[in-house]
Amino acid sequence: MSDITAPAYRVIPIIPALKPGAMEGKGPFVASEKINEAIGFPGNLVDDWHDKAIAKMGELLSKYRSLKVYMDACVHCGACSDKCHYFIGTQDPKNMPVARQDLMRSVYRRYFTLPGKLFPKLVGARDLTREVLDEWYNYFNQCSECRRCSVFCPYGIDTAEVTMAAREILDSIGYGQKYSNEIIGKVHKIGNNLGLPGPALIDTLEGLEEDVKEDTGIDVKFPIDVKGAEVLLITPSADFFAEPHIDSLIGYAKVFHATGTSWTLSSMASEAGNFGMFIGNYEQLRKIALRIREAALELGVKRIVVGECGHAWRVAYSFWNTLSGVGDGASEVDRFAQMLQKQLDHRYKQPTHICEFTWDAIERNALTFDKAKNDKHIITFHDSCNVARGSRMGDFAGGQFEIPRNIIKAVANNFVEMDPNTTRERTFCCGGGGGLLTDDLLEIRVKGALPRMEALNQAKEEHGVNFMATICAICKAQFTKVLPIYGFDRRVVGGVHQLVSNAIILGDKK
Amino acid sequence: MANIEVDGKSYETDEEGYLVDLTTWNADVANYIAKVENIDMTEQHWEVINFLREYFEEYQIAPAVRVLTKAIGKKLGADKGTSEYLYGLFPYGPGKQACKIAGLPKPTGCV
Repeated sequence: MSDITAPAYRVIPIIPALKPGAMEGKGPFVASEKINEAIGFPGNLVDDWHDKAIAKMGELLSKYRSLKVYMDACVHCGACSDKCHYFIGTQDPKNMPVARQDLMRSVYRRYFTLPGKLFPKLVGARDLTREVLDEWYNYFNQCSECRRCSVFCPYGIDTAEVTMAAREILDSIGYGQKYSNEIIGKVHKIGNNLGLPGPALIDTLEGLEEDVKEDTGIDVKFPIDVKGAEVLLITPSADFFAEPHIDSLIGYAKVFHATGTSWTLSSMASEAGNFGMFIGNYEQLRKIALRIREAALELGVKRIVVGECGHAWRVAYSFWNTLSGVGDGASEVDRFAQMLQKQLDHRYKQPTHICEFTWDAIERNALTFDKAKNDKHIITFHDSCNVARGSRMGDFAGGQFEIPRNIIKAVANNFVEMDPNTTRERTFCCGGGGGLLTDDLLEIRVKGALPRMEALNQAKEEHGVNFMATICAICKAQFTKVLPIYGFDRRVVGGVHQLVSNAIILGDKK
Repeated sequence: MANIEVDGKSYETDEEGYLVDLTTWNADVANYIAKVENIDMTEQHWEVINFLREYFEEYQIAPAVRVLTKAIGKKLGADKGTSEYLYGLFPYGPGKQACKIAGLPKPTGCV
């Protein structure tokens, strides 16, 4: 692994020269029998995988009309070809979004269209052979489902959905990825992706209370499983464990303290992340989301607030309403969803992002800051893909871009933007999203980080940027790992609430 | 799945070199894994490894990086209670690399 080096920055960032086959290979570690069976998937590649895979594809095509449209609509115009960070970083033409879709499209044509059934060669249709299946496994695990390509596609084809469908098909025949499936097993069994049991969680939170007391002299609490609290905070388990994540957790706690909010964490739902989305599996997605409903009902909370986790916010904002009844839209006959609807306080947005919570408090003048505490930082903001292109914040278009930036500007004096071609809805993935944040995929992670590192480096050269704030646990972990490979200090990345934590003044407001 | 041979005894590991059966761990295995990771085990390394194992025994998980730095700081002096010190000992990251040598399961998730 130590021989993985960063690709050179491009002199002119245009379509790179092609290197066919650059990322050919076996893909990430395949999930073991034990891991697969624990979450209800076939343990190993089934004997009749061909027929099963085609049948599953037919099922998905009839269930998800979007998938069928994506299979049919592409005209190979090329608009997406140079928009994927993995293509830019690896130069492997199969990492062009259109080529990634074509891995599935060629099989679709062979089995589901008349011309493909009759004249496969004329229409680029392919049999689903073992070689094709292995190619799927490799290249559909080189997509982070970030949806940047779909911003540029004139038809709005969403490669993320194609990747999700492919992974769903692969899982249904026992050919899943170890990293994601192992984590899904842990969230069901232990309550979070890390496998952090309740006692360890409590010990960690007590330690944080001591630390904050030592730093500030104030008793900031980190409550867990408190019945009757107003707010239930759902945050990625990395916030309890990793650096720099934990500094944002301290930031949330300080905001709750300063606003006098009664809040609690839940040991049952000690995870915001939902890897069910990454593998395109609705049942897993729902099952993971239902833990949160269960915890909310049990604790009797009035509000649900989500911490700094990109894909969790997409799931929460876009899917929780129908999945679990957090937000309006669950079925009338879904008894527990309706029960939760009655319980929650609808004067507030359900769910609320922690950035919405903090920004609202800032606007109400409920928080005070010593901005100079962040003066050692020249800060930029990395938009996380799932927040940018899969959700929103606030009650105006683009709130998911403005609100985190507004917070940074309220707590710090030095803020600059990166190249606008790499921010907001055009943001580049960190390179580790969508279930790729695993050591066995480090090469693609390092290469996929190239466009973001180029933009950061430019901001560093032009403005002296030394801190890149973000609101996603995956982004934080990914950058901590790849920044040093690009010659940066790993602590250049951190959370928005880490900055809030640095500057917030606790104690009685004047 | 793979196996490593240490002093004529065979130990099962996963694809990434983490021990499968945690109870089979011993100092020789730790030294062997450290060697594969290009780490020369010193007394300082062992202090971290021993703390990880004690913590794991109690909580069934490796400690958070912050818990680890704080504990090392208390035990060995504030100058050592920093993530810099730990990264110095375990360059691939104290979380994963030290866990592997200590025979603990790999922390998974967004870490």
